Amino acid sequence: MSDATETSGPMLAADGRPLKASLNRALRRQKLRALMLIAPLLIFILVAFIAPIADMLFRSVENGIVEETLPRTVEAMDEWDADAEPVPGEEVYFALFRDMFVASEKKIHTRLGSRLNYETTGISSIFRQSGREVEDIAEIYEDQFDDLNENWTEEIFWAELMGDPDWFAEASATEDGPGPDFVLKEGMEDRLPLTTEAYLAFAEFTQTEDEDNPASENVWPLVHAMLYHDLTGDAAIDGYTGFGSEELQAAKEAVAEFEAVNYKQAFLDIDEDWGSADVMQTIKVYSPTYTPGYFLTAVDLQLNPEGVEAQPDDQAIYLKLFWRTVWMSLTITVATILLGYPVAFLLANLPMRVSSLLMILVLLPFWTSLLVRTSAWKVLLQQQGVINDVLVWSGLINEAGRLVMINNQLGTIIAMTHILLPFMILPLYSVMATIPPSFVRAAKSLGATNVTAFRRVYFPQSVPGIGAGSILVFILAIGYYITPALVGGTTGIFISNRIAYHISSSLNWGLAAALGTILLAAVLILYWAYDRIVGIDNVKLG
Amino acid sequence: MASQEGNDGFVVFDRVQKSYDGETLVVKDLNLSIGKGEFLTMLGPSGSGKTTCLMMLAGFETATHGDILLGGQPINNIPPHKRGIGMVFQNYALFPHMSVGENLSFPLEVRKIGKSDREEKVKRALDMVQMGDFINRRPAQLSGGQQQRIALARALVFEPELVLMDEPLGALDKQLREHMQFEITRLAHDLGITTVYVTHDQTEALTMSDRVAVFDDGRIQQLDPPDVLYEEPKNSFVAQFIGENNTLEGVVKEITGDTCVIQLDDGEVIDAKPVNVSEVGQRTQVSIRPERVEYNSERLQKGAHTLKAEVLEFIYMGDIFRTRLRVAGNEDFIIKTRNAPDQVKLKPGEQIEIGWLPEDCRALD
Repeated sequence: MSDATETSGPMLAADGRPLKASLNRALRRQKLRALMLIAPLLIFILVAFIAPIADMLFRSVENGIVEETLPRTVEAMDEWDADAEPVPGEEVYFALFRDMFVASEKKIHTRLGSRLNYETTGISSIFRQSGREVEDIAEIYEDQFDDLNENWTEEIFWAELMGDPDWFAEASATEDGPGPDFVLKEGMEDRLPLTTEAYLAFAEFTQTEDEDNPASENVWPLVHAMLYHDLTGDAAIDGYTGFGSEELQAAKEAVAEFEAVNYKQAFLDIDEDWGSADVMQTIKVYSPTYTPGYFLTAVDLQLNPEGVEAQPDDQAIYLKLFWRTVWMSLTITVATILLGYPVAFLLANLPMRVSSLLMILVLLPFWTSLLVRTSAWKVLLQQQGVINDVLVWSGLINEAGRLVMINNQLGTIIAMTHILLPFMILPLYSVMATIPPSFVRAAKSLGATNVTAFRRVYFPQSVPGIGAGSILVFILAIGYYITPALVGGTTGIFISNRIAYHISSSLNWGLAAALGTILLAAVLILYWAYDRIVGIDNVKLG
Repeated sequence: MASQEGNDGFVVFDRVQKSYDGETLVVKDLNLSIGKGEFLTMLGPSGSGKTTCLMMLAGFETATHGDILLGGQPINNIPPHKRGIGMVFQNYALFPHMSVGENLSFPLEVRKIGKSDREEKVKRALDMVQMGDFINRRPAQLSGGQQQRIALARALVFEPELVLMDEPLGALDKQLREHMQFEITRLAHDLGITTVYVTHDQTEALTMSDRVAVFDDGRIQQLDPPDVLYEEPKNSFVAQFIGENNTLEGVVKEITGDTCVIQLDDGEVIDAKPVNVSEVGQRTQVSIRPERVEYNSERLQKGAHTLKAEVLEFIYMGDIFRTRLRVAGNEDFIIKTRNAPDQVKLKPGEQIEIGWLPEDCRALD
């Protein structure tokens, strides 16, 4: 006993180990066992819920598609100063030609077109059209090489020229299928850098995408174009004595006479919009792997070459939608408080037999499908619907004055208030049920009238229930989708309907993710603010 | 009625009945008159109707029949908040969302008393229960005893003439309860407040009250000062309920004035005081308090009847000895003796003779 207190160090257990470590070891088994119990659910949620959501939200900033599809163009555009010259020079178009050729072979250029079309309308069609026509540009060189020596359009000649002899021997013997993985001949990269790059792209695409043998497939015209540039440029073929060295030497002498292509002009010939500053600068602005563009769009801004600026008024819809979502959710929350409070009070104060009957009435709609309830409201609220019929029949309104209660904000508010009412009543009830009747009695015995006793004693104690119900209803309302979609028309829809539109119709997932992230952040901020002001400990859900 | 009880009838229950379901009466024909400044306790087992009576007085239940008068005025139709009755609830019912000060200030605020007056009264009430330092605390930050004091202060702060207490000490531990018993009686007497106190704890009732009304089965079984209640129970329910009690059963042999002779069921004969017996041959229960039983033959009255007894168990309890005997076939006959130097400690198996003064042995119904 005394030795434990006399030592100045940490408390020691009986075996001399520090007490803390001993305790941790003893608890670890318990923790591990607890963890194992929840592990299946935890893994399920991680895999089926958290990970997809995180991936989805990540799409709101992810923008790798431009760099993946046009890697050389993005690199070349680094050198381009958009302020000095609104349209880039030949180098960029040369890079664009190479990228577009590969992309169009892989048929991924249209995807990029759609992506950039979100930012500048019209890009999609330029890309779609250009895919077909860049091949024509390359074929100018292919034809010239073919005229020079027919070997240049023989795939087997190219395979022997570019491929490693061992690979070639094996590949040329292969009759079916992609054959062995392509191996580049040693030194080719230094001798013909551009050609090598193009041929490698060709070989890889042929083997992996088409599952064909490069030795028996027509070589891309791009390779010819690149050979031209290598031979007119700094090709180091003088020391090369292997297969095809004579043809290369002959070609090198001939290329000076070749018809050369001006790529910028060629692109302009395909579509004059390739010369528009808007199109080229959009590609440059959206070339980074990560972009704030979706978020800016989500708050009615746009990312321009000149910087961030507001969307034109006719396209600024999201802030309005966010604002509408918030105020309509608030209206619905207030409506559920006003309607739910007296019901919860009755539930909590009536004798058990009556209150359980009432509780069933509250829960009955809860057990009915959401879709059924919403559809019921359609029947009730429409202009030829039950409510209008009754009003007309009773003479309160005339036939011409039938009320418009659906496909507008009123319809959404009415239907959602009804649907979310149980989420307000239940927390309210569970809080009210814990308020002993003696509090109100005490207040009355102290001289308070019924009203004062309610206002000063009962109501303050039911506030945690109102808080819990409000959080629940508001958070549910702000993300509601089905009901606004069915009864909201155009003026009564929520931001979630727009998100759904971008997910399923316009396929602009990045924007949908950005809108969703903002919605999630808004809810979390509200939750945090509520915690700071009211304290989440005061919220009782039962 | 009031004159019959010998007080001014500040609170009067006049033939009050109460039924919740229209089939059974919870309170049956209650007549009770409480004097001004009196401390009256309603004592009884649960379900005896005592709390219902209190709630009718407070105004939270209405009498099915009969009148309740406060200061001579019938209050049946006056809502609780206009009755001006202070009340202490079983679980204190301190408002959890208000500080101690706000709790006390509440009855003054609803009476529209000015701020400075309020503060002064609150302070005085808190000092009265020695809780002046706790004015800014929340009820949840206080111990049970402290909450109890606050509840008391709150019931007194608006200076009511009548205070009702519904088992206010039930949730406290024994020591605190005894201390609070003393404190409540002192306050009630100092302030001259009429107090109606409900409890099922007979010690509490005996130590605190001017008079105790013993309830059972919706009726007052006996209404008397504590000493009378203890020493002269009017029936076997009261005798059993108040204090410890030995019961023997037998038949009345003869009655002569203030004494009677009872033949017990095993044939032995004892003297007793006739309370509820009037004729020879009637069956009766006699009741003797354990501390009034004497086994030291020298101290017994000459000529008194004695009974043979066998010691079954001897329990040392510090201040007293408690001995269980077999007497006339009853194996739960208890005697209590003071732990004095000359006291004999009985041993199990010992055969002794016991006896008592005839007036201590009451022949009840």
